Amino acid sequence: MSWLIVGSVPRADFPLVRGDYRLQGDTLILNGEHADEQRIRVARGTPALMAVAAAAAEVLGIPAPQALVAGDVGTGEGSRAVYAHLVDNIDQIDHAGLTFHYLLPDIAWHNQVLWALEARNPAPLLVADAGFMYAAKMSGYAAHYDLFTPDAGEMAFLADEVAPHPFYTRGFLLQEEDRVPELIERAYAEENAARHLLVKGKTDYVVAQGTTVAEISAPDVPAMEPIGGTGDSLTGLVTALLASGMEITQACHTAALTNRHLGHLANPTPAFGVADLLPFLRRALERTLE
Amino acid sequence: MIGFLRNLFGKEDDAKRGVSEKGLLLYHSTGEVIRAETLLKEAGVAVAVKGPPPDLRQGCDMVIEFPLLEEMRIRELLEQAGLAPMRVAAAQDHLLEPVSLYHVKDFGDYLMVRAANMKITLDKRDRRIVNVSGGGCPDVPFLAETLVGKVLDQAPEPRSLGRTLCGYSLQLAFEELRRRCPG
Repeated sequence: MSWLIVGSVPRADFPLVRGDYRLQGDTLILNGEHADEQRIRVARGTPALMAVAAAAAEVLGIPAPQALVAGDVGTGEGSRAVYAHLVDNIDQIDHAGLTFHYLLPDIAWHNQVLWALEARNPAPLLVADAGFMYAAKMSGYAAHYDLFTPDAGEMAFLADEVAPHPFYTRGFLLQEEDRVPELIERAYAEENAARHLLVKGKTDYVVAQGTTVAEISAPDVPAMEPIGGTGDSLTGLVTALLASGMEITQACHTAALTNRHLGHLANPTPAFGVADLLPFLRRALERTLE
Repeated sequence: MIGFLRNLFGKEDDAKRGVSEKGLLLYHSTGEVIRAETLLKEAGVAVAVKGPPPDLRQGCDMVIEFPLLEEMRIRELLEQAGLAPMRVAAAQDHLLEPVSLYHVKDFGDYLMVRAANMKITLDKRDRRIVNVSGGGCPDVPFLAETLVGKVLDQAPEPRSLGRTLCGYSLQLAFEELRRRCPG
């Protein structure tokens, strides 16, 4: 299925780009056949998600997703350009699914984007992670999404009905890692969760409509936690699997297990970068799919 | 025991009835909040970053809580620095407290500190920052690329470059790491 990754890259001078991209070593090449070709090194954030999605798509034998990204270093300038492009060009956004990632949370823009996408027939599958997931929860429209991919701290944020950001998650929800099942229940009770959740952590939880359908805790590689981009790689994996047509809970389970195999095969130290893990992705995904 | 409980809940009730002596500085962007907080702290003003009441929220928000009695001096300091707030309001009791606990994991040669949704990891052998992870605002990957590879004392403070609540969380984790691993 045709898929669009929507996010930002950590450079102030990076223009708005929409189209095909490919992975070459540890570098993403966007609009490679055009005069305005752009390159960015894979470290973390949306470029890490895109890199893993492209590598996984190759293993799955499907076309890589397309991307809509702009440079944003926190000013929100690139995020607003992305939001505006989506709304202004909604007729051309005919993908079966979209994965939203590092964008500055902005409720007004979020709502415009969501309403425009929901007006399409059929409406695309919607996956949200990082800043756009924060905006989705704050907007009150979390339940309109097909999948969120929070970590344990973000799960506490979804469960706290008054928190505007994970930074303000209230004290009574602090021991998140041990209380994920309780937080899941609370997030659904408050309608602050997507239809499906993939909660990443020491144990990964796959949740459908409030019911936990799978818990994955092995292989356990503690050094993956401090590595920036391992959450992005999980979202990249689930994006590629959904684009292959896999059902959502199965895609979540497969992605979680593959990310764990990735860590096991790479045997990283806490000083690894996500680009160091990429060479192991093919074997990790093949091992899961065996 | 009953006296203890009455005393405990009595204090809470009193607190709910009380009027806060704090004020709030509201800005258009979190980047301005971070710069204003830095300026006021350097000037010796007792300020704290808090979550705004729901009716004052704009998005990825934070506000600065300050002693109302010092409002005039604070306004002057901010105006001189070109950081006049969008609005000044009296604080109410429903301000949200930011996450204040740190989670620390020791990986042997590496130490990871987490504040809220941000993690920073140091190689204890040479005090070099080896990883930054977590968060969801778009300054996080930018801050990570700026910090990773630098020795803790030579790395720029996240507050000098960050603009969002995630950037601010990273600042707190950075400070805690510096406290735990002094040079």
